[in-house]
Amino acid sequence: MSAQFDVRYTAQLARLHLSEEEIAKFQTQISQILAYVEKLEQVDVSGVEPTAHANAIFNVFREDAPRDWFTAEDALANAPRSANQLFIVPKVIE
Amino acid sequence: MELPALSITDVRAKLRAKEVSPAEVLRDLDTRIAQVDPHIHGYLSRDLDAALKYAESADVSLPLGGVPIAIKDVINVSGEPCTAASKILHGYRANYDATVIRKLRAAGAIPFGRCNLDEFAMGSSTENSAFGHTRNPWDTTRIPGGSSGGSAAVVAADEAFAALGSDTGGSIRQPAALCGIVGLKPTYGRVSRFGLIAFASSLDQIGPFTKTVRDSALMLNAIAGRDPQDSTSLDEPVPDHTALLGRDLRGVRLGMPREYFIDGIDPQVDAAVRAAVRHYESLGAEIVEVSLPNTEHAVGVYYIIATAEASANLARFDGVRYGHRATDATGLLDHYGRTREEGFGPEVKRRIILGTYVLSSGYYDAFYLRAQKVRTLIRRDFSAAFEKVDALICPTSPEVAFKAGDRSDDPLKMYLADIFTIATNLAGIPGISIPCGFADTGGKKLPIGLQLLGKPFQESQLLQIAHAYEQSTDWHKARPALA
Repeated sequence: MSAQFDVRYTAQLARLHLSEEEIAKFQTQISQILAYVEKLEQVDVSGVEPTAHANAIFNVFREDAPRDWFTAEDALANAPRSANQLFIVPKVIE
Repeated sequence: MELPALSITDVRAKLRAKEVSPAEVLRDLDTRIAQVDPHIHGYLSRDLDAALKYAESADVSLPLGGVPIAIKDVINVSGEPCTAASKILHGYRANYDATVIRKLRAAGAIPFGRCNLDEFAMGSSTENSAFGHTRNPWDTTRIPGGSSGGSAAVVAADEAFAALGSDTGGSIRQPAALCGIVGLKPTYGRVSRFGLIAFASSLDQIGPFTKTVRDSALMLNAIAGRDPQDSTSLDEPVPDHTALLGRDLRGVRLGMPREYFIDGIDPQVDAAVRAAVRHYESLGAEIVEVSLPNTEHAVGVYYIIATAEASANLARFDGVRYGHRATDATGLLDHYGRTREEGFGPEVKRRIILGTYVLSSGYYDAFYLRAQKVRTLIRRDFSAAFEKVDALICPTSPEVAFKAGDRSDDPLKMYLADIFTIATNLAGIPGISIPCGFADTGGKKLPIGLQLLGKPFQESQLLQIAHAYEQSTDWHKARPALA
């Protein structure tokens, strides 16, 4: 499986640019890590349920009611770019 | 004894008796930090003036009244930067308190100083910080462990009375062991993570670094409990964690997992931990050998689950709402790609790529789902062991602090440093590391950690067991020789 690992394609999925040097290095290092974790294939997990969480709690609900929290100024205080009480985002539709 | 060398318990007694004021404590601590931290680099920032102002209203009658507490720089404190030791949070300043900070304040504590860490808590040596690595106070050519290496080092070097850290695969216990102090990872769900920058949400837990086990219990008393803002925090009653301290160990059964006493452990670590086991026997505990047969799979399971969760959690760093933003991007994808390329360091990038891969179409079942199933087997191992014993006893780390730079380019070897701490997080159980001796390495004394693992939500008993050892040995009294 690790033979099919393609760092370039995976980096695209992760929205992460990498240098050519990083691509070469990660291809080798992550392939080694994958070869190590592949020994999990030998474990018999037939009939075993997955554990997603250490505590078996599901669907914790609260009342859908407004409460005091960030003002627009608070929310925008750390924005690298903002104007008119809005975040400025890159152009999404060409 | 100088004030910064005191435990929480001792400085609290002086504060309550009005022998010293919170402001005097803060000033003495700041002086100590200014003297020592240039050699350690455990702190990324601190704001004495703000802390002094806050201390004016400190109520010294409260459980932690007037005691400054250092905070790992991955927990939000209102008005302060929170860098996660990453360039991608450049310029960020928190405008809210994490729940643990709100609770510390309610107990009278004064948050003071931000501790260095591996970037986004990813690492075992604190060498992955974007702002320089932290050094071990016992030998400054060595690493303090990680990822909460700054928190551990400042407590060990008497630059803090106590500190908060976070533990995803050992990031509290391993640095506590390597720095010779007490580090507690509470049960998953015991402490709210609201306001903690998330790394791996099914594993992360906040906990204290302290000089003594009693102090650890005091810190847990302050931060534990259900929080409506963290739906994974559980509505379990919070007892007084100091209540069982001092009780004897008659009738207590401790399990030695045979998979934690294997070839490849530093012989001095193995000898110290076995001596601790014999010491427990002399204190009246019964020692039972147990087996955790799926231990060998823990590191593999962890590096699938933790990186998968990290790749999702770190998607929020998109250069829009906070932190670094690339300039002159040519479009949306270029904006994301370059913002993240410029902001993240090498280990974070490596883990995002690995995590993205194991979740990607065609590989999810083979890696992520399979890892979650093996995680079930690891949890079952612990459940079975806890039917026979009250707690498990083993080394925290297979080795003492290693030299800085030794593994920085060998990620797999670095990951194996966590071999004895990772399974705890996968199972969600509490664990504590306490000092149990020293290794003589090249003429330097390097601390060794003893790890005790307990049943879910049984921190009180775990602390009782740890305290009995601590109070009948002198290891916790040793301090590194610093300027």
